[in-house]
Amino acid sequence: MKTLAEMDYSVLQQCMHCGMCLPTCPTYVETKEERNSPRGRISLMRAIADGELDVTKAFGEEMYYCLGCLACTSACPADVNYAELFETARAEVEKKGVLASPKRDAIRWFALRLIFTRPRLLRFVGRLLWLWQVSGGQTAFRKLGLTRLLPKNLRRLEPQAPAVRAKFSHQLIRAVEKPAAMKRRVAVLTGCVQDLVFSDVNRATGDVLLANGCEVHTPPVQPCCGSLHAHNGDMESARELARRQLDLIDPTNFDAIISNAGGCGSHFRHYDHLLADDAKYAERAAEWSRKLRDVSEYLVEIDFRKPSAPARGACAVTYHESCHLCHGQKVSKQPREILKAIPGVELRECGEATWCCGSAGIYNITQPETSSWLQDRKVEHLRATGAVVVATANPGCHLQIENGLRAAGDKAEVVHPVVLLARAYREELQG
Amino acid sequence: MPLCATDLVKGLIGLLGSGEVLTELEDILPYCFDGTAALKQRPLAVVFARDASQVSSVIKLARIQGAPVVTRGSGTGLSGGSVPVLGAVVLCLVKMDRILEVDTANLALRAEAGAITQKIYEAADAVGLFYPPDPGSMKISTIGGNVAENSGGLRGLKYGVTRDYVMGLEVVLADGSICWLGSKCVKDVAGYNLRDLFIGSEGTLGVVTQVLLKLLPKPTARQTLLATYGRMDAAAETVSAIIASKIIPCTLEFLDRKTIQCVEDFAKVGLPRDAEAILLIETDGHPAAVADEAAKIEELCRAHGATTVRRAANAAEAAQLATARRSAFSALARLRPTTILEDVTVPRSELAGMIRAVEAIANKHRLNIATFGHFGDGNLHPTILTDERDTAEMHRVELAFADIVEETLKRKGTITGEHGVGLAKKTFLRRQLGDSSYELLRLVKRSIDPDNLLNPGKIFDQA
Repeated sequence: MKTLAEMDYSVLQQCMHCGMCLPTCPTYVETKEERNSPRGRISLMRAIADGELDVTKAFGEEMYYCLGCLACTSACPADVNYAELFETARAEVEKKGVLASPKRDAIRWFALRLIFTRPRLLRFVGRLLWLWQVSGGQTAFRKLGLTRLLPKNLRRLEPQAPAVRAKFSHQLIRAVEKPAAMKRRVAVLTGCVQDLVFSDVNRATGDVLLANGCEVHTPPVQPCCGSLHAHNGDMESARELARRQLDLIDPTNFDAIISNAGGCGSHFRHYDHLLADDAKYAERAAEWSRKLRDVSEYLVEIDFRKPSAPARGACAVTYHESCHLCHGQKVSKQPREILKAIPGVELRECGEATWCCGSAGIYNITQPETSSWLQDRKVEHLRATGAVVVATANPGCHLQIENGLRAAGDKAEVVHPVVLLARAYREELQG
Repeated sequence: MPLCATDLVKGLIGLLGSGEVLTELEDILPYCFDGTAALKQRPLAVVFARDASQVSSVIKLARIQGAPVVTRGSGTGLSGGSVPVLGAVVLCLVKMDRILEVDTANLALRAEAGAITQKIYEAADAVGLFYPPDPGSMKISTIGGNVAENSGGLRGLKYGVTRDYVMGLEVVLADGSICWLGSKCVKDVAGYNLRDLFIGSEGTLGVVTQVLLKLLPKPTARQTLLATYGRMDAAAETVSAIIASKIIPCTLEFLDRKTIQCVEDFAKVGLPRDAEAILLIETDGHPAAVADEAAKIEELCRAHGATTVRRAANAAEAAQLATARRSAFSALARLRPTTILEDVTVPRSELAGMIRAVEAIANKHRLNIATFGHFGDGNLHPTILTDERDTAEMHRVELAFADIVEETLKRKGTITGEHGVGLAKKTFLRRQLGDSSYELLRLVKRSIDPDNLLNPGKIFDQA
């Protein structure tokens, strides 16, 4: 892994510090201090490359205060590759160990090296969590007030724990499913959180692709995409997971590789870059990146069939854009086209739709204050539309927004756009 | 460097609180530069003030300690005006960002210096009024910075620049005293017009803390046109023809081939990538007048060699085109590592000649220069695309600059139309002004800031 000093200097120089990124950066808007802005962070990275600054604890903290939402990359006329700078900087922070502590190291090992590299173990943990939730253990634990015994951070997070599904993706989707008349062959990526908590989204993804003539291949056990690792400075694991993914799914066999989670998709899309120096995998990774599509993007690309079921009355829907779908993958119009095609849906735009909701991977765990400020801001904008459905296409956003709405006493349904489309197709059959 | 830096920092913390005083390296490195290429300097501290009285106490303290004060807004300036000087206290006003009053009876708006230009535009727009000055960085630039640099923008041709909209200012002087200059009166000739002295003074005479702005009724109609040319000269001729036909469009912008390609790569608004030049023209006002002017402009474009003329279908498309144009400078950074922006302005009759001169200079010094700008104002932005680490090329850049200035002054132009002198144009100022005018500037500075406390070394060096 190249350090800031070793990387291509022109990537750092690309920032001409014009300031166009400032108004789109949530952390700058919160503090109004340059250090918390994209161009400020880049200036610190450049100072390290120039030998003017060491990799310090304060630098490390700054790199982890950044949400990694990439809103700055949409605003940047100069096309600065902030994602690469950000990943390189975080990797260097980890390498130098400026933030290291026994507790942090243990958590990182458990999450990055243990759980999120072993999909079967992750499902086992998910199953235990499910048992805890359905057996009444969780309810009893909460009722008895035992949450008070938890450490402060866990006490805060406990009520936000997502409800694990009774069935995971492989229990809902067969490895190969064939449409009535096959036009295309695609592979569907099921994700980690999506697999355990939103397996219905994976099922719906399969359904809408089948309805549009796609033969759908869904390998039952899939490794994590590695975005969690890459965004947290563990590039080695990120590369290893990418290689495993490419071993599992050979892109040459498919017309498209489909992701339905904004965060995973954004990382999947950059496998070409991630493995560019890997003699064995570079070519396959390039093919993979060429064929990687978000599900909404792909549906629009193949001119998906518009559902014809009669509308069951008007339904106001608003759309929250996942950062890594709109900024990371530049997919913004397509999910709206899906929503508008659904009979009865009235799409109401909300303010700051492209602003981060504060979920940002594990940011809601590491930076609770800024995360909850962004959550409140997001919920306010969503509620101002009066919509009864909030559509969004990333599991992290989904949970963060759902928790925010419930805390505000709002019952609006949070749902992935393809789940709504799959419903509309089903209603056609029910006539 | 002041003798007792630690005393100064302690004093600042005492005045403002520790959260508003930055001194750690990681905190102040991001304040070593503004939007200008290749200029940076490390300050002693960065402080945030919340009102004029805090600004006043910071200045009084800095004065006692002998530390220079460099005022800063969002740091988007393009002449190095807010680049710190060694050992300075950077006085950052972005946290003073309230819009205090929108007075529809007097068509005026009062805001703190750190208010964002775009927010001022929006606050006026919300009540059917209009704040016209629209510098390229308006989404983040502060109104205080606009006043300090007397910023222009795309609408300068018809509506003028920041100066034309400032009715009053609250200014903190170098001795810490706070004064109000101007009023809400349309006519006001009581005493010298000191308000105008501070507009465009680049932070060297005082610190603007509040601004009272004039607003206009919002034009009821707009029409944006995009004319494409196969020859640069044809575009320049069209501009002359439009002005000669006694039409003053709101906006009359020009982009050359390189700029068009970079802007299109970023904004994807359908600009013609193969055109040599485009003109982006907007007319606004009463619907009938707009329809009439747009028709005449379209006719003139075609008569002077436009290959196509496209009309924006609606307000959203027009806004997209204007936003795309505002990104031109930053979008050009896609081509080379360092982007150095010029701001020379010539009388409009000299435009075509000046453009050809810039082309010749680029060839002579083997440099890559893209040009865009406010054609209607004669305000050009030749942008040199280079690499600051290539010393040989940077030397040629300096020579090219000198040649561009030479050509500009020969044509009775000015070295800066809207970015200010700052550090970037300092060496050329005396040549443009002549000895007496130049000395008069320094005399004014000496009278108002005798200790050379405020933004020293900008515009000129004090003898």
